[in-house]
Amino acid sequence: MTPLLETRGVWQRFGGLVANSDVSISVGRGEIVGLIGPNGAGKSTLFNLIAGVLPPTQGSILFDGEDVTRMPAAERCQRGVGRTFQVVKSFETMTVIDNVIVGALVRNTVMREARRKALEVLEFTGLAARAHVLASDLVPAEKRRLEVARALATEPKLLLLDEVLTGLTPTEAQTGVALVRKVRDAGITVLMVEHVMEIVMPLVDRAIVLDLGKVLVEGKPNDVVRDPKVIKAYLGDRHAVGA
Amino acid sequence: MDKEFAARRRRDLIIAAVLAAIAAATPLFVKDVVVQNILILTLMYAGLSQSWNILSGYCGQISLGHALYFGLGAYTTELLFTKFGVLPWFGMLAGGVVSALIAMGLGYPFFRLRGHYFVIATIVIAEIGLLLFHNWEWAGAAMGITIPIRGDSWLKFQFLRTKLPYFYFALALCCIAWFVTWWLENSKWGFWWRAVKDNPDAAESLGVDVFNSKMGAAAVSAFLVAIGGSFYAQFVSYIDPESVMGFQFSLLMALPAVLGGIGTLWGPVLGAAILIPLTELTRFKFGGSGRGVDLIVYGTLIVLISLALPRGLLSLFSRPKKTGATR
Repeated sequence: MTPLLETRGVWQRFGGLVANSDVSISVGRGEIVGLIGPNGAGKSTLFNLIAGVLPPTQGSILFDGEDVTRMPAAERCQRGVGRTFQVVKSFETMTVIDNVIVGALVRNTVMREARRKALEVLEFTGLAARAHVLASDLVPAEKRRLEVARALATEPKLLLLDEVLTGLTPTEAQTGVALVRKVRDAGITVLMVEHVMEIVMPLVDRAIVLDLGKVLVEGKPNDVVRDPKVIKAYLGDRHAVGA
Repeated sequence: MDKEFAARRRRDLIIAAVLAAIAAATPLFVKDVVVQNILILTLMYAGLSQSWNILSGYCGQISLGHALYFGLGAYTTELLFTKFGVLPWFGMLAGGVVSALIAMGLGYPFFRLRGHYFVIATIVIAEIGLLLFHNWEWAGAAMGITIPIRGDSWLKFQFLRTKLPYFYFALALCCIAWFVTWWLENSKWGFWWRAVKDNPDAAESLGVDVFNSKMGAAAVSAFLVAIGGSFYAQFVSYIDPESVMGFQFSLLMALPAVLGGIGTLWGPVLGAAILIPLTELTRFKFGGSGRGVDLIVYGTLIVLISLALPRGLLSLFSRPKKTGATR
């Protein structure tokens, strides 16, 4: 079976800076894949290329067997790519449910159905009690959750999570982890960019480590964290020798 | 299903129907022509501001150039009437269509601009329109167009002896603009517009066609404003560039919405109900020597509102609860 998402030899240059060089990754259906790497590794750039914020300088991106390299973000969403933003981008003057309805309108043209879908998603993500609160009144952890809810309302095949667990308290992060598992159990493939290794590693099926714009290592989380190359990228040469 | 939401929608509709009925009955009690005049203008500006609110309030694309569409509505109607004998009713629709098309034509390049740059572009474009009409001989240039009056006629929508038909037309315009807003508020477009206003990037990631959302809002908004312009031309029966396309119209469409509550269903009506009688009364009181007094009034009101109630007067009535379940 073809993978749900595939990047083939993707390059992204910003002037003289090479943010991604020759990145080829694939994400299979039903997987939770973690995209990790130190600061400046090119995770966010790759993430944005996959979400369709900008087209890559070179290379191609395939989603569900279709070439989406130059497809704008809104169309990718219709094809089944949902995303969250690292810096939350709620619709601040709208209520929580109205935020989610915007997402639900992708697949429900009748308002009544979109509203029902939104309520269902709020139930699923544990935000139902806050449905009629303005998004601007949510606490940060709830805003993260709203990002996920909004993306889920578009009924994606692939959910891109950009550091949804970063900056949360341990308890909040654990509820977040539970939500990601629940999303996968609902049949949605997850690709997540994450910083916090100890939270993300037990969660993902597979980890892809980026460093200096290239894929450094790819594999089972347990193998990845022991890989000398990964330790070196994160902690420097001295520690890698020790390992 | 969200019962509370449905109840609020119904309540809005009922309030609107009651207010419209009360407004429709006022000419029975108000016989004074000066007061009737003020009522007509108030209703007209309420409708105009409601239309402006669609693009600038809901969709967040602040326009200070809507005088252009107002003037285009007036000019299209009167040029068709005086040059080709087309009845104003058809001219009105034609004016709406012309304005909507021009709004989209202008939107094509300008909707790529964000924030202040967009506002400045709208002002400049409206000024260019004004200058073009100033110099366009066929359209009367600076002399303008006098609408030939041949006595009271519904067909030609002109009345000398009574202001009532104008009153009811202005009321209808106001009601239609309100109803269109009410209806669009709970539609895909309404949600898309608010999403585009709050955060275009997030909107795009959720499948919202940001560019076409803006185009749609601009078209609806310009169409309705142009109808208002046509009406105004018939009402005053003489137009020249300044008197239908001047910058003050752009202000008078924006201010009621800002005063009452921008991007809200009731804001423009509430704002117009306060602002327009106030400005008309000051103008009446100070006469020719008081030119600019109305501007002082707007200025003071806007300063007070933005200091005390930045979300408009309406925020006094509907405070969104921080934790509760209602809006």
